[in-house]
Order: sequence, then C-alpha cells, then structure tokens
Amino acid sequence: MASLLETKGTALERQNFTWRDMVQQPISKLDDDAYTRVMVILMNGIEMEAMRFSHSFARMCPDRELQLHLAKVRRKEAHQQAMVNWLLGADHSTLETTIGYEQVAIDITAAVAQKEPDPYLAQVYRYGLLEDFDHMYRYSALMDRLEGRDANNILQSYTDILPGRPTIEEHRDPADELRRHYDRSKAQPLSKLHALTIMAAEQQTQNFYQNVGPQYADPVARQLYAEIAHIEEQHVTQYESIIDPNETWMEKWLLHEATEVYTYHSCVAQEPNARIKAIWERFLDYELGHLNYVAELFKKHEKRDPMEVLPQKLPDPITVASQREFVRKVLAQEVDLRAKGADFVPKAQETEASRAYRDQLNADGSPSDTVAAGYKWMPGTELQRKAA
Amino acid sequence: MQKATQMGKNRTGIQMSPADTKKMLQEAKGAVFTPGNDSGIMEVRTAYIHASGPVGTVPPPGTAKGALKAGAQALTGKKAHVLIDRIGERLAFERTGTRLYEAFLTKCRAEADGSAKEFLAQVEHICAEEAAHFRLLVECMQNLGADPTAQTPAANVTGVESMGLMQVVTDPMTSVAQSLHAILVAELADNDAWDELVLLAEELGQAEMAQQFTQARDEERQHLASVRQWHQQATLRESQVA
Repeated sequence: MASLLETKGTALERQNFTWRDMVQQPISKLDDDAYTRVMVILMNGIEMEAMRFSHSFARMCPDRELQLHLAKVRRKEAHQQAMVNWLLGADHSTLETTIGYEQVAIDITAAVAQKEPDPYLAQVYRYGLLEDFDHMYRYSALMDRLEGRDANNILQSYTDILPGRPTIEEHRDPADELRRHYDRSKAQPLSKLHALTIMAAEQQTQNFYQNVGPQYADPVARQLYAEIAHIEEQHVTQYESIIDPNETWMEKWLLHEATEVYTYHSCVAQEPNARIKAIWERFLDYELGHLNYVAELFKKHEKRDPMEVLPQKLPDPITVASQREFVRKVLAQEVDLRAKGADFVPKAQETEASRAYRDQLNADGSPSDTVAAGYKWMPGTELQRKAA
Repeated sequence: MQKATQMGKNRTGIQMSPADTKKMLQEAKGAVFTPGNDSGIMEVRTAYIHASGPVGTVPPPGTAKGALKAGAQALTGKKAHVLIDRIGERLAFERTGTRLYEAFLTKCRAEADGSAKEFLAQVEHICAEEAAHFRLLVECMQNLGADPTAQTPAANVTGVESMGLMQVVTDPMTSVAQSLHAILVAELADNDAWDELVLLAEELGQAEMAQQFTQARDEERQHLASVRQWHQQATLRESQVA
C-alpha cells in the first residue's frame, strides 16, 4: 500500500448498505478455516470499539458540528459491525463462539507480542496472553463436561488446550492492574495500533461473556462465565492503561481509524475464503475513506499534520496463524509472573491486596478449578479416555 | 442452492491436521493441571438444586363462574393446576408448531430439486391442523376458566426444549431432510404429550375434553407417520445422490 493517506478509499457518501447486503450467508462452522472465524470475531471487536469510542467522544464534545461528523462515521461503523458479526452462524453454540473468542485472544495477542517494538508493552501482552490461554482450557473443559463437545472442532488443532496461569490466581486488586502507558510523542505508531487492537478484542470479550453468561441454565457454566468475565474486565483495564491518556480526542479518533485500516488490511492479506475476503477488501476501502475524512477534521481542529500521528506506511499485517511454539515458550518462562502495580514480579512478591481480594472471591469455591479439575483434553472429548 | 449432504473440506476433525494434533498432545512445560476430577461439578449443581425454587407457577383460574356456564366439570385443588399447566404446554407447543410448519413450507417450496413438492399439500394440511389444535386448546382453557394467554411452567420448559428445532428449520443453510428431522423430533414429543393429556383429562373426569383430545391425538399420530416416512425417503434419496 502507498503512503497511508494517499489511498483515498471509498468516500463516506458512497458507503451504502441494504439490510439484504448487510445480512449475508454466515461462514461455515464446519468447512471454513478457524482463522476465518478468528478474523470475523477480531473485526467485530474492532468495530465495536470504534463505536464505543465515538460515543464517548460525542458525549464529551461541545462542538455540535463535530458531533455530527462523529455520528456520520459512526453510522457506517454500525453497518459494518452488523455485517461482520452476522457472519457467525447460528449453529455455533455460545460455548463454541466463546472458544473462538479465546482463540482470538491467544493467537492475535501472541502475534502482536512478537511484533511489538516496546519491550515493556510486549511483556504486558505476554502476561495477558497466558491468562487467556488458561481461559481456553477452562472453557474447553466446560464444553466437554457440559455439552459433550470437543473444543478442537472449533480450534482445528491450531491452538493448544492446556492450563496457563491458573484463572483462580488471576484475580487482582485494581491497583495491580494499571500499567504504564506509552508516551504519545515517543511511541512508534505500531505500538499505538497494537494497543487499540488488543484492547478492542478484550473489550468485546468482556461484553460478550457478561451478556451470554445468564443464557446458561447450568450453575457451573453461569459461575464460570461470571468469573472469566471479571478477568476480561481486568484485561480491559490493563490494556486501556497502556494507551497514553494525553492523546487528544481527535488524535485518538485518527488512531482508531488507522487501527481499523490496519486490521482490515491484515484480514485481506490472509483470508482464505474468497467471499469473505471481498468483504474485508470492501471494508478496507471504507476505512481508508474514514481515515481520510478524519484526517481532514484533524487538520482543521488541531492545526497540524495527521502524519505526525500516523505511520507513513501500514506496518506488516498482524499474523493470523498458529502461535503454538511461541505460546509454549512464554508458558514455560513466564507462567509464575505476577503483577505488582505496573510491574511484573515473581509469584512470591505478589501484593497482599491482590491475595486478599482473590481469597475473598474464592471463599465459596473456584468455578474455574471446579470445572477443570483433573481435565486433560483429548481428541473427541475426555469420554474417549473414560471409554478406553 | 444445493443443500444435499456432500463430501467436502470439513475441517473439524483431527484427521485434517495430524501433525498439529500430535503437537497438541505433547506435554507443555509450565502447564499445571488442577488435581481432582469432575465431581465438583456435581456438588455445585446439587447445592443450587437445593437452593433453587421452581421456574414459576400456574395462574389460578380467573373466571370460575364462566367455567361452570361453559359446562366443564368442576376442577378443584391440586388437580386443576396440573391440567391447566399441561393444556398450557400443548397450547404453546401447537402454536409454535404451526409456525414451525409455516417455516418448513417455505423451505419445501424453495428447494431447488423440487423433491419436496410431492408432499407440499400434506404439509399444508398438517399446518392447518396444528393451528386447529391450538384453537381447541384455547377453548378448553377458557372452559376451565383459565387464561389461555398465560405461559404456564410446562409451556415454558417445553419452549426451552424446542428452541433448537425452530433454529434448524429457519436456517437457510439446512436442507429439507435436516428440517424434517427437527420436525420429527417435535412430532415424537407431541404424540406422547397428547397421550398424556388424554389420560389426564380422563383421570380428572373431563370426558368431553378427553374425547376432543383423543381426536387431536389421532391426527397427530398421522402427522408423525407422514413426517417419519418423508424423512426416511429424503435420507434414502440423498444416499442415492451420493
């Protein structure tokens, strides 16, 4: 791709939808590649964050004209979000979709951690990664023991089902969740795009779990969703804290649009399903349109060049592929790290506040331990082992 | 578009990725398994079962006088609520069943190869009978002085049971054969439920109602026989295509 703002994309007024166009045939749960679903879930998260950010901005914005610009772009994001999220078929059980969400959290975060230029931020991603890795294991146990289904039908052997940092130990005091933010004037643009991408993914995961948890009748499932949703709340807190709060609203808007361009670009580069790839291409052009639209507003309101904030060219796409070797290496080396304030320390140095918070929450038992006690994944569910 | 089951690139099983699966089964340094077994799940469920109340209650008949005028035999005490609950269940099931058949009719008419056209008229007939059974049950509820618009506990639970059936039939990706299987499940449950309703009405001295239910049950028997036959034919037809 040429210099970021040289490609104008599709103008806002030409980004039109019909309901029929917006609601297309979903992907095939059985036949499509697992990473097609991963990209659908990722881009839903990116679009959801685009809307949530735009609403927050509008609520803090006294400029009526700017509110209208926000509303115009946001309406397109809403259309895009629906079209993307509706690509998930109704034959996915809630737990199957959940496994897809955790595959996003593991494989996308692992890809980002390896490309992240700032060593501290890379450590933050690796830290969160091992927790989502454990969530995958716990939800897989629930899926097996509640529904008698194999999580690997969704994962397609790309992602391991193994314990990570035990979920029971992930509950922390809020003071141990806030990290150090990057410096807006010094951080590389890629670091900013990474932070928004992972924050968006985790935020949609939290929203999803907090919404679907009550759909289960089984109290074990209801408890597990309640527990893991709380870790996702912690993760959103962690990831939003690495973003420089001194960025202006306009600067943040520009970065959100750039993140959308970057992530759709990543999907275009790696999507194996031609029909879905055409959607990614269309939306990449739409997002380039948004980026240019916002860049003009940025010039007007901030009286500076958008390229001071944006990367000259798009970075290499986020790798959407199995990260097994990297994740296993991180697991072996960092599973016993704990957060202390903004730092990562050996387990023994964990704060008393986090221990006390966790002991209180787990006083009536730990859902994540209960559901996975003695659980070892095997192809075709653990009933295969019991039958043998 | 063609919906018949074909051989293809289904990626869900381990045979599609043997090398990756082998790696998945290798031990990982740092992975610490929680000791124990799945008995904790039973303990949590048991504790909640002990602590939980029912899904809801049967509303009391609001118009007892009306019931007597309509000629229904008096129902008192515990017996009344059981019958009202179960009539409410059938009422809801037949109402949803009507919608299920309507959705199925659309699928049959849209099927590319036209093989469903041979039983379209019969499906339309069944659909009309499901709606007639619904109206019969509304009338019975009214005769008992009960509220046919209320959702009774049995209606609620059966509604939860049936959620997947409607999902299958309304999914544009499912075939007529796959939809017929969902309808077969519905008819199997429906047949047994009508049997029970006849028994219950007889047990509670509602002779006229029992007679009406018997007729509906006999019609449902016919529905089941037809759906079973169509499903078998559709399955065999697919096997011949393959």
